[in-house]
Amino acid sequence: MWRVGTVLALHEETTSARTVTLEVLDWPGHVAGQHVDLRLTAPDGYSAARSYSIASAPNPEKRLEITVERLPNGEVSPYLTQQLIVGDQLELRGPIGGWFVWRPEQAEPIQLIAGGSGIVPLMAMIRSRASSPSAAPFRLLYSVRESASVFYRDELRALADRGIVDITYAYTRVVPLAWPVPPARINADLVANTTWPSTLSPTCYICGPASFVENASGLLIGSGYSAQRIRTERFGATGDQR
Amino acid sequence: MAIISRGFSGRRAAVDAKLPPGQYITTDFPVLSAGPTPNVPLDQWEFVIDDGVNVLKRWNWKSFRDLPAERFTTDIHCVTRWSKLGTSWEGVSLDTILADIESDARYSMVHSYGGYTTNVPLEDLKNHQAWVAFRFEGQDLALEHGGPARLLVPHLYFWKSAKWTQGMTLMRQDKPGFWEANGYHIYGDPWREQRYSGE
Repeated sequence: MWRVGTVLALHEETTSARTVTLEVLDWPGHVAGQHVDLRLTAPDGYSAARSYSIASAPNPEKRLEITVERLPNGEVSPYLTQQLIVGDQLELRGPIGGWFVWRPEQAEPIQLIAGGSGIVPLMAMIRSRASSPSAAPFRLLYSVRESASVFYRDELRALADRGIVDITYAYTRVVPLAWPVPPARINADLVANTTWPSTLSPTCYICGPASFVENASGLLIGSGYSAQRIRTERFGATGDQR
Repeated sequence: MAIISRGFSGRRAAVDAKLPPGQYITTDFPVLSAGPTPNVPLDQWEFVIDDGVNVLKRWNWKSFRDLPAERFTTDIHCVTRWSKLGTSWEGVSLDTILADIESDARYSMVHSYGGYTTNVPLEDLKNHQAWVAFRFEGQDLALEHGGPARLLVPHLYFWKSAKWTQGMTLMRQDKPGFWEANGYHIYGDPWREQRYSGE
Protein backbone atom coordinates (compact mmCIF):
# COMPACT_ATOMS: atom_id res chain seq x y z
CA MET A 1 0.00 0.00 0.00
CA TRP A 2 1.44 3.34 -1.07
CA ARG A 3 0.94 6.22 1.32
CA VAL A 4 1.23 9.92 0.49
CA GLY A 5 3.77 12.10 2.27
CA THR A 6 3.92 15.89 2.04
CA VAL A 7 7.31 17.60 2.24
CA LEU A 8 7.35 19.82 5.33
CA ALA A 9 11.01 20.80 5.35
CA LEU A 10 14.32 20.30 3.57
CA HIS A 11 17.73 20.58 5.17
CA GLU A 12 21.14 20.25 3.51
CA GLU A 13 23.28 17.97 5.69
CA THR A 14 26.36 18.22 3.45
CA THR A 15 26.99 19.38 -0.11
CA SER A 16 25.66 16.06 -1.38
CA ALA A 17 23.09 14.95 1.19
CA ARG A 18 19.75 16.36 2.16
CA THR A 19 17.25 15.57 4.90
CA VAL A 20 13.62 15.48 3.80
CA THR A 21 10.95 15.85 6.47
CA LEU A 22 7.62 14.36 5.45
CA GLU A 23 4.21 14.42 7.03
CA VAL A 24 2.37 11.15 6.44
CA LEU A 25 -1.13 11.41 7.84
CA ASP A 26 -1.79 7.65 7.88
CA TRP A 27 1.68 6.68 9.13
CA PRO A 28 1.27 3.63 11.41
CA GLY A 29 4.48 4.28 13.37
CA HIS A 30 7.90 2.66 13.03
CA VAL A 31 10.83 1.26 14.96
CA ALA A 32 14.30 2.84 14.77
CA GLY A 33 16.33 1.23 11.99
CA GLN A 34 13.47 0.51 9.60
CA HIS A 35 13.27 1.86 6.06
CA VAL A 36 10.71 3.02 3.54
CA ASP A 37 10.34 2.55 -0.20
CA LEU A 38 9.90 5.87 -1.94
CA ARG A 39 8.34 6.15 -5.41
CA LEU A 40 8.55 8.88 -8.03
CA THR A 41 6.18 8.90 -11.00
CA ALA A 42 6.67 10.85 -14.25
CA PRO A 43 3.71 12.53 -16.01
CA ASP A 44 3.49 9.63 -18.48
CA GLY A 45 3.18 7.02 -15.72
CA TYR A 46 6.81 5.80 -15.66
CA SER A 47 7.85 5.28 -12.05
CA ALA A 48 10.99 4.44 -10.08
CA ALA A 49 11.23 3.40 -6.43
CA ARG A 50 14.17 3.09 -4.03
CA SER A 51 14.62 2.20 -0.36
CA TYR A 52 15.72 4.82 2.19
CA SER A 53 16.45 4.39 5.87
CA ILE A 54 14.32 6.41 8.26
CA ALA A 55 16.40 8.93 10.22
CA SER A 56 13.75 10.08 12.70
CA ALA A 57 12.76 8.45 15.96
CA PRO A 58 9.25 7.08 16.36
CA ASN A 59 7.03 10.06 17.20
CA PRO A 60 3.34 10.83 17.61
CA GLU A 61 3.36 13.62 15.00
CA LYS A 62 3.15 11.41 11.90
CA ARG A 63 6.46 12.89 10.80
CA LEU A 64 9.19 11.06 9.05
CA GLU A 65 12.70 12.15 8.14
CA ILE A 66 14.94 10.52 5.59
CA THR A 67 18.43 11.64 4.64
CA VAL A 68 19.35 11.06 1.02
CA GLU A 69 22.90 11.02 -0.34
CA ARG A 70 23.03 12.09 -3.97
CA LEU A 71 24.62 9.41 -6.15
CA PRO A 72 26.21 10.70 -9.37
CA ASN A 73 24.40 8.25 -11.64
CA GLY A 74 21.34 7.90 -9.47
CA GLU A 75 17.82 7.91 -10.86
CA VAL A 76 15.91 8.93 -7.73
CA SER A 77 18.47 10.54 -5.37
CA PRO A 78 19.29 13.53 -7.67
CA TYR A 79 15.59 14.37 -7.81
CA LEU A 80 15.18 14.15 -4.04
CA THR A 81 18.30 16.20 -3.32
CA GLN A 82 17.97 18.83 -6.06
CA GLN A 83 14.43 19.17 -7.40
CA LEU A 84 12.12 18.40 -4.52
CA ILE A 85 10.58 21.47 -2.83
CA VAL A 86 8.54 22.03 0.31
CA GLY A 87 4.89 21.22 -0.30
CA ASP A 88 5.59 18.47 -2.87
CA GLN A 89 3.94 15.11 -2.35
CA LEU A 90 5.73 11.77 -2.56
CA GLU A 91 4.52 8.19 -2.42
CA LEU A 92 6.03 5.84 0.10
CA ARG A 93 5.38 2.46 1.63
CA GLY A 94 6.52 1.07 4.90
CA PRO A 95 7.82 0.87 7.49
CA ILE A 96 9.83 -2.15 6.30
CA GLY A 97 12.19 -4.50 8.08
CA GLY A 98 12.22 -6.23 11.46
CA TRP A 99 15.89 -7.15 11.98
CA PHE A 100 18.12 -4.10 11.77
CA VAL A 101 16.08 -2.35 14.48
CA TRP A 102 16.62 -1.09 18.02
CA ARG A 103 13.74 -1.09 20.50
CA PRO A 104 13.75 0.91 23.76
CA GLU A 105 13.09 -2.35 25.69
CA GLN A 106 16.64 -3.47 24.87
CA ALA A 107 18.70 -2.77 27.99
CA GLU A 108 22.09 -4.06 26.84
CA PRO A 109 24.95 -1.76 25.73
CA ILE A 110 24.64 -0.73 22.09
CA GLN A 111 27.59 -0.30 19.76
CA LEU A 112 26.84 1.57 16.56
CA ILE A 113 29.32 1.69 13.67
CA ALA A 114 28.57 3.93 10.70
CA GLY A 115 30.37 4.32 7.39
CA GLY A 116 29.38 7.56 5.65
CA SER A 117 25.63 7.78 5.05
CA GLY A 118 25.28 4.52 6.98
CA ILE A 119 24.73 6.85 9.93
CA VAL A 120 21.07 7.36 8.94
CA PRO A 121 19.35 4.31 10.52
CA LEU A 122 21.78 4.51 13.47
CA MET A 123 20.73 8.13 14.03
CA ALA A 124 17.14 6.93 14.29
CA MET A 125 18.31 4.55 17.05
CA ILE A 126 20.17 7.32 18.92
CA ARG A 127 17.16 9.62 18.62
CA SER A 128 14.87 6.85 19.77
CA ARG A 129 17.13 6.26 22.78
CA ALA A 130 17.07 10.01 23.55
CA SER A 131 13.28 10.32 23.33
CA SER A 132 12.46 7.19 25.34
CA PRO A 133 12.94 6.34 29.02
CA SER A 134 15.70 3.90 28.00
CA ALA A 135 19.01 4.11 29.83
CA ALA A 136 20.81 1.74 27.44
CA PRO A 137 24.44 2.88 27.07
CA PHE A 138 25.19 3.84 23.44
CA ARG A 139 28.51 4.20 21.67
CA LEU A 140 28.94 5.35 18.09
CA LEU A 141 32.00 4.90 15.91
CA TYR A 142 31.41 7.10 12.87
CA SER A 143 33.74 6.83 9.89
CA VAL A 144 33.67 9.76 7.46
CA ARG A 145 35.88 11.04 4.66
CA GLU A 146 36.35 14.42 6.34
CA SER A 147 34.58 16.57 8.89
CA ALA A 148 32.48 18.23 6.14
CA SER A 149 30.92 14.81 5.42
CA VAL A 150 29.41 14.45 8.90
CA PHE A 151 25.60 14.30 9.01
CA TYR A 152 23.68 15.71 12.00
CA ARG A 153 26.86 17.24 13.43
CA ASP A 154 25.35 19.74 15.90
CA GLU A 155 22.64 17.39 17.08
CA LEU A 156 25.17 14.59 17.65
CA ARG A 157 27.33 16.93 19.71
CA ALA A 158 24.31 17.94 21.79
CA LEU A 159 23.30 14.32 22.32
CA ALA A 160 26.85 13.47 23.38
CA ASP A 161 26.82 16.42 25.80
CA ARG A 162 23.60 15.07 27.30
CA GLY A 163 25.27 11.70 27.85
CA ILE A 164 22.99 9.88 25.42
CA VAL A 165 25.84 8.55 23.28
CA ASP A 166 29.64 8.46 23.26
CA ILE A 167 30.97 9.34 19.82
CA THR A 168 34.28 8.53 18.17
CA TYR A 169 34.97 9.94 14.73
CA ALA A 170 37.33 8.25 12.30
CA TYR A 171 38.49 10.24 9.25
CA THR A 172 39.46 8.35 6.13
CA ARG A 173 40.62 11.19 3.85
CA VAL A 174 41.22 14.47 5.69
CA VAL A 175 41.63 14.87 9.45
CA PRO A 176 40.81 18.06 11.38
CA LEU A 177 43.65 20.32 12.55
CA ALA A 178 45.55 18.88 15.52
CA TRP A 179 43.89 15.47 15.12
CA PRO A 180 46.25 12.94 16.74
CA VAL A 181 46.35 10.38 13.90
CA PRO A 182 46.57 10.52 10.08
CA PRO A 183 43.52 9.64 7.97
CA ALA A 184 42.90 5.89 7.86
CA ARG A 185 40.24 3.24 7.57
CA ILE A 186 39.05 1.96 10.92
CA ASN A 187 41.46 -0.65 12.23
CA ALA A 188 41.85 -3.18 15.03
CA ASP A 189 43.40 -0.69 17.48
CA LEU A 190 40.61 1.83 17.01
CA VAL A 191 37.96 -0.85 17.46
CA ALA A 192 39.68 -2.22 20.55
CA ASN A 193 40.06 1.24 22.12
CA THR A 194 36.70 2.81 21.35
CA THR A 195 34.01 0.10 21.21
CA TRP A 196 32.33 -1.71 24.09
CA PRO A 197 34.31 -4.73 25.24
CA SER A 198 32.66 -7.96 24.13
CA THR A 199 32.48 -9.07 27.78
CA LEU A 200 29.59 -6.60 28.29
CA SER A 201 27.56 -8.53 25.68
CA PRO A 202 26.71 -5.49 23.59
CA THR A 203 24.57 -5.64 20.48
CA CYS A 204 26.30 -4.06 17.51
CA TYR A 205 24.69 -2.43 14.48
CA ILE A 206 26.94 -1.71 11.50
CA CYS A 207 25.73 0.21 8.45
CA GLY A 208 27.65 1.48 5.46
CA PRO A 209 29.11 0.46 2.12
CA ALA A 210 29.58 -3.30 1.74
CA SER A 211 33.37 -3.18 2.03
CA PHE A 212 33.18 -1.00 5.15
CA VAL A 213 30.71 -3.35 6.84
CA GLU A 214 32.82 -6.35 5.88
CA ASN A 215 35.93 -4.76 7.40
CA ALA A 216 34.19 -3.49 10.55
CA SER A 217 32.41 -6.75 11.32
CA GLY A 218 35.66 -8.67 10.82
CA LEU A 219 37.44 -6.36 13.27
CA LEU A 220 34.70 -6.81 15.87
CA ILE A 221 34.84 -10.59 15.58
CA GLY A 222 38.62 -10.33 15.87
CA SER A 223 38.16 -8.39 19.12
CA GLY A 224 35.96 -11.12 20.58
CA TYR A 225 32.43 -10.21 19.49
CA SER A 226 30.09 -13.07 18.73
CA ALA A 227 28.74 -13.02 15.17
CA GLN A 228 25.28 -13.46 16.66
CA ARG A 229 25.51 -10.04 18.33
CA ILE A 230 26.35 -8.18 15.11
CA ARG A 231 23.60 -6.89 12.85
CA THR A 232 24.56 -5.42 9.51
CA GLU A 233 23.06 -3.38 6.74
CA ARG A 234 25.10 -2.95 3.58
CA PHE A 235 24.85 -0.64 0.59
CA GLY A 236 25.63 -1.74 -2.94
CA ALA A 237 29.08 -2.75 -4.13
CA THR A 238 30.09 0.56 -5.73
CA GLY A 239 26.98 2.64 -5.18
CA ASP A 240 23.59 1.21 -5.87
CA GLN A 241 22.16 3.89 -8.14
CA ARG A 242 19.57 5.21 -5.79
CA MET B 1 -3.90 7.21 -9.21
CA ALA B 2 -0.25 7.82 -8.52
CA ILE B 3 1.03 11.18 -7.36
CA ILE B 4 2.93 12.78 -10.24
CA SER B 5 6.41 13.99 -9.33
CA ARG B 6 6.76 17.40 -10.92
CA GLY B 7 9.77 17.49 -13.23
CA PHE B 8 10.70 13.82 -12.82
CA SER B 9 11.42 11.90 -16.01
CA GLY B 10 13.65 9.03 -14.82
CA ARG B 11 16.12 6.93 -16.76
CA ARG B 12 14.17 4.97 -19.34
CA ALA B 13 17.08 2.80 -20.44
CA ALA B 14 15.95 0.35 -17.79
CA VAL B 15 12.74 -0.59 -19.62
CA ASP B 16 13.16 -4.26 -20.41
CA ALA B 17 10.79 -7.20 -20.78
CA LYS B 18 13.13 -9.18 -18.51
CA LEU B 19 12.66 -6.75 -15.66
CA PRO B 20 9.97 -7.51 -13.06
CA PRO B 21 7.80 -4.60 -11.87
CA GLY B 22 9.49 -2.03 -9.64
CA GLN B 23 13.04 -3.25 -10.40
CA TYR B 24 15.98 -1.44 -11.99
CA ILE B 25 19.03 -2.88 -13.71
CA THR B 26 22.42 -2.77 -12.04
CA THR B 27 25.75 -3.89 -13.42
CA ASP B 28 27.21 -4.13 -9.90
CA PHE B 29 26.72 -7.10 -7.66
CA PRO B 30 25.51 -5.53 -4.41
CA VAL B 31 25.92 -7.45 -1.15
CA LEU B 32 23.11 -7.70 1.39
CA SER B 33 23.56 -9.75 4.54
CA ALA B 34 21.99 -9.57 7.96
CA GLY B 35 25.26 -10.22 9.78
CA PRO B 36 28.98 -10.87 9.39
CA THR B 37 30.29 -13.05 6.58
CA PRO B 38 31.02 -16.59 7.79
CA ASN B 39 34.18 -18.29 6.59
CA VAL B 40 33.86 -22.05 6.34
CA PRO B 41 37.02 -23.98 5.45
CA LEU B 42 36.38 -26.49 2.66
CA ASP B 43 37.62 -29.39 4.79
CA GLN B 44 34.86 -28.61 7.32
CA TRP B 45 32.12 -27.74 4.83
CA GLU B 46 29.18 -30.07 4.50
CA PHE B 47 25.72 -30.03 2.99
CA VAL B 48 23.08 -31.98 4.88
CA ILE B 49 19.47 -32.77 4.05
CA ASP B 50 17.26 -33.85 6.94
CA ASP B 51 13.57 -34.17 7.68
CA GLY B 52 13.73 -32.57 11.10
CA VAL B 53 14.40 -35.93 12.76
CA ASN B 54 16.81 -37.89 10.64
CA VAL B 55 19.64 -37.04 8.32
CA LEU B 56 18.58 -38.14 4.85
CA LYS B 57 21.73 -37.27 2.94
CA ARG B 58 25.10 -35.75 3.67
CA TRP B 59 27.91 -34.53 1.43
CA ASN B 60 31.34 -33.17 2.20
CA TRP B 61 33.01 -30.77 -0.22
CA LYS B 62 34.65 -33.58 -2.19
CA SER B 63 31.56 -35.74 -2.57
CA PHE B 64 29.48 -32.66 -3.37
CA ARG B 65 31.92 -31.56 -6.08
CA ASP B 66 31.86 -35.09 -7.50
CA LEU B 67 28.19 -34.58 -8.33
CA PRO B 68 27.51 -33.61 -11.94
CA ALA B 69 27.52 -29.81 -12.23
CA GLU B 70 25.87 -27.52 -14.75
CA ARG B 71 26.71 -24.12 -16.21
CA PHE B 72 23.78 -21.81 -16.60
CA THR B 73 22.91 -18.17 -17.18
CA THR B 74 20.08 -16.47 -15.35
CA ASP B 75 18.67 -13.13 -14.20
CA ILE B 76 18.55 -12.31 -10.48
CA HIS B 77 16.16 -9.94 -8.73
CA CYS B 78 16.76 -8.48 -5.26
CA VAL B 79 13.84 -7.24 -3.17
CA THR B 80 15.80 -4.02 -2.62
CA ARG B 81 14.90 -3.39 -6.29
CA TRP B 82 18.07 -4.10 -8.22
CA SER B 83 18.11 -6.77 -10.89
CA LYS B 84 21.15 -8.18 -12.60
CA LEU B 85 20.59 -9.75 -16.01
CA GLY B 86 22.51 -12.56 -17.68
CA THR B 87 24.63 -13.71 -14.74
CA SER B 88 26.54 -16.96 -15.32
CA TRP B 89 26.98 -19.62 -12.71
CA GLU B 90 28.15 -23.17 -12.16
CA GLY B 91 26.50 -25.44 -9.64
CA VAL B 92 24.73 -28.69 -8.87
CA SER B 93 21.05 -28.85 -9.74
CA LEU B 94 18.68 -29.47 -6.84
CA ASP B 95 17.18 -32.17 -9.10
CA THR B 96 20.46 -34.03 -8.68
CA ILE B 97 20.70 -33.30 -4.96
CA LEU B 98 17.13 -34.39 -4.23
CA ALA B 99 17.10 -37.32 -6.70
CA ASP B 100 17.42 -40.21 -4.22
CA ILE B 101 15.41 -38.68 -1.42
CA GLU B 102 12.01 -40.08 -0.65
CA SER B 103 9.77 -37.83 1.37
CA ASP B 104 6.20 -36.59 1.35
CA ALA B 105 7.38 -33.13 2.45
CA ARG B 106 6.26 -30.19 0.33
CA TYR B 107 8.43 -27.46 1.81
CA SER B 108 12.03 -26.88 2.80
CA MET B 109 13.85 -24.70 5.29
CA VAL B 110 17.25 -23.88 3.85
CA HIS B 111 20.01 -23.35 6.45
CA SER B 112 23.22 -21.39 6.15
CA TYR B 113 26.48 -21.13 8.03
CA GLY B 114 26.03 -18.07 10.22
CA GLY B 115 22.46 -19.03 11.14
CA TYR B 116 20.46 -17.65 8.20
CA THR B 117 17.35 -19.56 7.12
CA THR B 118 14.83 -19.23 4.31
CA ASN B 119 11.79 -21.32 3.39
CA VAL B 120 11.21 -22.52 -0.18
CA PRO B 121 8.50 -24.90 -1.45
CA LEU B 122 10.10 -28.09 -2.78
CA GLU B 123 8.36 -27.73 -6.14
CA ASP B 124 10.29 -24.47 -6.60
CA LEU B 125 13.55 -26.35 -6.11
CA LYS B 126 12.84 -29.02 -8.73
CA ASN B 127 12.59 -29.10 -12.55
CA HIS B 128 15.72 -27.12 -13.38
CA GLN B 129 14.76 -24.15 -11.23
CA ALA B 130 17.38 -24.26 -8.46
CA TRP B 131 21.04 -25.04 -7.87
CA VAL B 132 23.69 -25.09 -5.18
CA ALA B 133 26.16 -22.82 -6.97
CA PHE B 134 29.90 -22.59 -6.35
CA ARG B 135 31.19 -20.56 -9.30
CA PHE B 136 30.11 -17.10 -10.53
CA GLU B 137 31.25 -15.57 -13.83
CA GLY B 138 33.93 -18.25 -14.14
CA GLN B 139 35.46 -17.69 -10.68
CA ASP B 140 35.06 -19.53 -7.40
CA LEU B 141 32.17 -17.88 -5.58
CA ALA B 142 33.52 -15.07 -3.36
CA LEU B 143 32.86 -15.33 0.38
CA GLU B 144 30.85 -12.11 0.44
CA HIS B 145 28.56 -13.50 -2.26
CA GLY B 146 27.99 -16.75 -0.37
CA GLY B 147 31.04 -18.89 -1.06
CA PRO B 148 31.99 -21.61 -0.96
CA ALA B 149 28.45 -22.49 -2.11
CA ARG B 150 25.05 -20.82 -2.12
CA LEU B 151 21.54 -21.75 -3.08
CA LEU B 152 20.32 -20.18 -6.30
CA VAL B 153 16.55 -20.00 -6.89
CA PRO B 154 16.52 -17.18 -9.44
CA HIS B 155 12.77 -17.15 -10.13
CA LEU B 156 12.18 -15.93 -6.57
CA TYR B 157 13.53 -12.75 -4.93
CA PHE B 158 17.21 -13.18 -4.22
CA TRP B 159 16.92 -13.43 -0.42
CA LYS B 160 15.62 -16.96 -1.09
CA SER B 161 18.99 -17.80 -2.69
CA ALA B 162 20.66 -18.40 0.66
CA LYS B 163 24.37 -17.62 0.85
CA TRP B 164 26.79 -20.00 2.66
CA THR B 165 24.28 -22.79 2.40
CA GLN B 166 24.72 -25.68 4.76
CA GLY B 167 21.70 -27.81 3.96
CA MET B 168 17.96 -28.02 4.26
CA THR B 169 15.25 -29.46 6.43
CA LEU B 170 12.30 -30.95 4.55
CA MET B 171 8.95 -29.96 6.08
CA ARG B 172 5.35 -31.02 5.59
CA GLN B 173 4.11 -27.58 6.53
CA ASP B 174 5.47 -24.25 5.44
CA LYS B 175 6.95 -21.91 8.02
CA PRO B 176 8.79 -18.60 7.72
CA GLY B 177 12.56 -18.35 7.58
CA PHE B 178 14.65 -15.38 8.73
CA TRP B 179 13.49 -12.55 6.46
CA GLU B 180 10.05 -14.08 6.09
CA ALA B 181 9.64 -13.65 9.88
CA ASN B 182 11.04 -10.10 9.66
CA GLY B 183 8.58 -8.43 7.33
CA TYR B 184 9.20 -10.08 3.96
CA HIS B 185 6.85 -12.18 1.85
CA ILE B 186 6.48 -15.89 2.59
CA TYR B 187 6.93 -16.85 -1.11
CA GLY B 188 8.59 -13.89 -2.88
CA ASP B 189 7.68 -13.97 -6.58
CA PRO B 190 9.26 -10.89 -8.22
CA TRP B 191 6.83 -10.97 -11.17
CA ARG B 192 3.91 -10.62 -8.76
CA GLU B 193 5.94 -8.14 -6.70
CA GLN B 194 5.57 -10.16 -3.50
CA ARG B 195 8.07 -8.11 -1.52
CA TYR B 196 6.62 -7.72 1.95
CA SER B 197 4.48 -9.81 4.23
CA GLY B 198 0.77 -9.30 3.78
CA GLU B 199 1.03 -8.73 0.01
